[in-house]
Amino acid sequence: MAQIFHRSSNFAARLSIFGGVVIVGLLSFALYEIALSPWYTQQFVKRQQPVPFSHRHHAGELGIDCRYCHTSVEKSSFAGVPPTQTCMTCHSQIWTNAAMLEPVRQSYRDDKSIEWIRVNALPDFVYFDHSIHVAKGVGCTTCHGQIAEMPLTERAGTLYMSWCLECHRQPEKYVRPKSEVFNPYYEPPPGDEQLKLGKELVAEYKIQVPQHPGDMKPLQTCSTCHR
Amino acid sequence: MSEDSNAKNSIDLAAARAKLAGAGAARMWQSLEQLSGTQKFEEFRDYEFPPSAGKGNDGIDRRDVLKLMAASAAMAGLSACTKLPTEKIVPYVKPPEEILAGRPLFYATSLFQAGVATGVLVESHTGRPTKIEGNSEHPGSLGPTDIFSQAAILQFWDPDRSQSVYLDGRVSTWSDFAAKTGNYRTRLLPKGSGLRILTETITSPTLGAQMKTLLAQYPEAQWHQYEPCGADSVREGARLAFGRPVNTVYHFDQADVIVSLDADFLTCGAGHVRYARDFGSRRDLADGASSNLNRLYIAESMPTATGAVSDHRLPVRSTDIDDLARQLAAAAGVAVPPSANASAKIPAEWVSAVGRDLAAHKGSSIVIAGEQQPPLVHALAHAINAALGNVGKTVTYTESIEANPVNQLESLRDLVNDLNAGKVEFLLILGANPVYDAPADFNFADAIKKATLTVHSGLYLDETAELCHWHCPAAHSLESWSDGRAYDGTVGIVQPLIAPLYDAHSAHEIIALFTGDSDKTPHDIVRGYWQSQRPEKDKAFEALWETSLHDGLIANTALPAISVATHADFVSLARTSAASGEANSLEVVFRPDPSIGDGEWANSGWLQELPKPVTRLTWDNAAMISPLTAQQLGLTTGDYVSVSVNGGSIHSGVYIVPGHAENSVTLHLGYGRSRAGQVGTGPGFNVYLVRTSSAMGFATGAQIAKTGKTYSFASTQQQYTIDVVKGEEESKAAMGEPGDAERNLVRIATFEEFKKDPDFAKLADEEATKDLSIYPGYQYDGYAWGMSIDLNRCVGCNACVIACQSENNIAVVGKDQVERGRAMHWIRIDTYFRGHLDNPEMYYEPLPCQQCENAPCEYVCPVGATTHNAEGLNDMTYNRCVGTRYCSNNCPYKVRRFNFYLYSDYKTPSLYGMRNPNVTVRSRGVMEKCTYCVQRINAAKIKSEEENRLIRDGEIITACQSACPTQAIVFGNINDPNSKVAKLKAQSRDYGLLEDLNTRPRTTYLARVRNPNPEIPS
Repeated sequence: MAQIFHRSSNFAARLSIFGGVVIVGLLSFALYEIALSPWYTQQFVKRQQPVPFSHRHHAGELGIDCRYCHTSVEKSSFAGVPPTQTCMTCHSQIWTNAAMLEPVRQSYRDDKSIEWIRVNALPDFVYFDHSIHVAKGVGCTTCHGQIAEMPLTERAGTLYMSWCLECHRQPEKYVRPKSEVFNPYYEPPPGDEQLKLGKELVAEYKIQVPQHPGDMKPLQTCSTCHR
Repeated sequence: MSEDSNAKNSIDLAAARAKLAGAGAARMWQSLEQLSGTQKFEEFRDYEFPPSAGKGNDGIDRRDVLKLMAASAAMAGLSACTKLPTEKIVPYVKPPEEILAGRPLFYATSLFQAGVATGVLVESHTGRPTKIEGNSEHPGSLGPTDIFSQAAILQFWDPDRSQSVYLDGRVSTWSDFAAKTGNYRTRLLPKGSGLRILTETITSPTLGAQMKTLLAQYPEAQWHQYEPCGADSVREGARLAFGRPVNTVYHFDQADVIVSLDADFLTCGAGHVRYARDFGSRRDLADGASSNLNRLYIAESMPTATGAVSDHRLPVRSTDIDDLARQLAAAAGVAVPPSANASAKIPAEWVSAVGRDLAAHKGSSIVIAGEQQPPLVHALAHAINAALGNVGKTVTYTESIEANPVNQLESLRDLVNDLNAGKVEFLLILGANPVYDAPADFNFADAIKKATLTVHSGLYLDETAELCHWHCPAAHSLESWSDGRAYDGTVGIVQPLIAPLYDAHSAHEIIALFTGDSDKTPHDIVRGYWQSQRPEKDKAFEALWETSLHDGLIANTALPAISVATHADFVSLARTSAASGEANSLEVVFRPDPSIGDGEWANSGWLQELPKPVTRLTWDNAAMISPLTAQQLGLTTGDYVSVSVNGGSIHSGVYIVPGHAENSVTLHLGYGRSRAGQVGTGPGFNVYLVRTSSAMGFATGAQIAKTGKTYSFASTQQQYTIDVVKGEEESKAAMGEPGDAERNLVRIATFEEFKKDPDFAKLADEEATKDLSIYPGYQYDGYAWGMSIDLNRCVGCNACVIACQSENNIAVVGKDQVERGRAMHWIRIDTYFRGHLDNPEMYYEPLPCQQCENAPCEYVCPVGATTHNAEGLNDMTYNRCVGTRYCSNNCPYKVRRFNFYLYSDYKTPSLYGMRNPNVTVRSRGVMEKCTYCVQRINAAKIKSEEENRLIRDGEIITACQSACPTQAIVFGNINDPNSKVAKLKAQSRDYGLLEDLNTRPRTTYLARVRNPNPEIPS
């Protein structure tokens, strides 16, 4: 009986086997890249707000403390977005006629809230708490990036679980002295010095890291963030 | 019983008796189905997910599911690629004081049951009330709550609440109603003849004063009160004994011996939460053999929560309680003639033994009568207490806590007579629902049509609202100002947590329309009343008011104890009292449903789905009868029968209850509503149709006839059964003496046995194998959470179940799903019986997740959704769960719950507001379970670490613990030897469930110790 396939089809068969692997690999890589891309994570995407509020101006150039507006950051899970009244403490005195600030004045006049677009949003099954992070020496800029350089606020991290775990696994890489938590220009000491400082701070602030290999890891147990 | 296949699924009482006849009397059993060995029971015991429960009217079978799964698996990857939606942050314009987003606030207020106030704290998240907690400063509870207080939050957010004013079925407005009432007012003045006001029981001093003002303005108007399951007998009993309706306050913490005459005082009636708390304090065994245990005797027809925890329970017809009360009174030295219908059912030795025990505890005993018992029984109870010298010690009397204590049945009768005589021009009904719950012989639905103008104010557009011209939505207690008295008279202030959700107004506002005070806000009315009553003026009053709002009560307003003279001549008193029923005929007992009350709570999904004490029936009422009566009448559970009594008849399913009195049928009121809402309209049958004014508590001369049809009940009693037979020994499962092959889940002893062997709950083989493992255990350097549940304190009131449901956003699944074993409660109250069918001992065992050290669930999860936590909890990560159900299949305690469908309501906007924002709302296909309220643990951990300290003992209180009236549940850090929980676990009675499996549960139990009277043979 004659061969059904020509010899050259062996090549096609080989090609499809190896090609299949390559295609699956490429597809996986593409999906991975998409999942990490700003298009998908919203990282570095500047959001249009009803009022083009600039952290660079307020927190950077004017040096207003984070807590002047985000009042509950040390007390509650939610850092707090300022009520219109907070804006008006200054803007009833300065820039009282700026067209840019009309929505703020209107809100105050009509007793109607400004609807800000959320920049940093976590899924509803994640229970993040600002107060404990601030209390343990995690600075604002550690998660929120160079906020004092942002004319319009953007998301500084992917907010993926892996991103959270980078610090929950090795907090010594990121913690800073409590006095520097609200300093938007804080620079961590270079290289190994941060690790050295971090380890001291982790001990001083009683951050729950395993003391011995094989110990339970409180910062990484599921119910720390999920419930 | 025949041997056909049907027999395998029905109860076989003869077989059950045979099994229990011999040595089986010492064995624990859970249901008649178990004793009969029905197929359904065996399936529920052997399978976590019974195969037959999956079949049925789903309209889809397993193969179709597999096909669909293949398709959905292909698509599954895509669904993960959805981007998070854009969210908005909407801050305040001007922030209110104190509110901090993310931090709850607690406000003290009061909630009402049958008019009696109980203090509560309400958790509020940025203005949304989400959870009810007890107020530890309030004498009505001292901290815990009951199922109704817990369910108030669902009632408040209930989407079926009436939302606008109606006139003749058309939407109207409050201002329109107010204007029309104003016009009417000028017509009614100055005499107000033809004006009738019908309310429920009122303890609110402010409302009482308003009514007084109204009656002064309209001298010919009349105020009627009616509560279908109220305290009429209690009031009339006091009137018989003392000449006026004084209020009785019991002090169960002082009582060594308690005799309950058909009184379910731990879960019903004024002050029951406080009573349960006091009662529980006398079930404590911390002092070992020198503990001061109380002893409870109860005679009742239907086994109640209170009956189940009694040391001696005598099942007798409610009719025969009269006889028993007379005998006890005679034993205590009260001269009283014997009952006209003396029953042979009351064993003389029982009465004499109880009489001797009472006599031996003069001044430290209590005799208490049930609300459905006639006034004479109450009067006799008062006489016995007086004769025993209990008055002033365990029993005190105060003036009535009600604004106007009247005989409510007669009050309603007067109203109906006036309606029928055409004397009523304007009828105002505040809160009551007489069209549904008035006695059948009053024909209220016909009578009400004879009034010229009728106005109804209530939470729902109910049966009465349907027949009234006007309907005004009533403001819920959580959204209005008011006040009310607790069981001892303490005044609690009701303050709103939120502005009314709908066009709702309180009774204060409606009465103000009539008294010409319509310009006053409800706040002004309540505050103004107290300002006029108190000696404090201006700033002093302001301070008092602020303190009272903060504390939830006005200090030192409990009514002072008074001394009352007991009626001297009970002989003539007892003679003039009509005989309460015929001897030995079939009686029907009318009782409020243990879960939904008199029908007021019918639209609460939480309460409908709550397994009732002892029967663990959900979503239904039934004709409850004893096994013996069932055998005599040839009936079995599920027979659909007609019950004829009082000249009427209703249809119902039969339910056999072990321990029920013979010749007695218990019918629970509150079901068969025709206009309750989407949940409450439909389930069960309406018992009010056969309840007449001549027999409000019980009636004799009933007939039961089979219809040939059957009725299906959803009882959880035969579900979640833990198999007590150890693996290889299955063949020995005959009902013999519990042997080595059987696990002993509920460990019990009498007080005498406990004194001899305090370690009775420890089993030698378990102790020997405890902590044996070839693997190194987990190390816990910090906290290790654990729980201890004291079976000696638990009274099976179910408060923990509803508290858990409220705290953890647990869904309601419906009757059909409950029948399939899919109820979602994270904590269940397992109920066990011991002894023969007709009067078994009963035992409760609350069962949440045991948080095993070696958790079988954790090993089998393929996706790591359930994992061991650094503090010993078995974490459940909902967002990781893919729904394999392996964990549940591997759980020997059967405490995991699976969302077979989308049980959580994602659609109804008003329910969004109710949910706890700190707990994920679970979707379809996700497993869930108790996590020791991990959200509360985390909140406390964060707080303590910010304050640089350790969590204090008692700082974390789980929802079930906080609600528990008897403090049976204690949670804490077992690594701290000084913590309360560690001390409890160190007690000799401590034991774990299924310890032989080496699961090493973190939740352990303190064994039950009964305190029976040695003179009474068990």
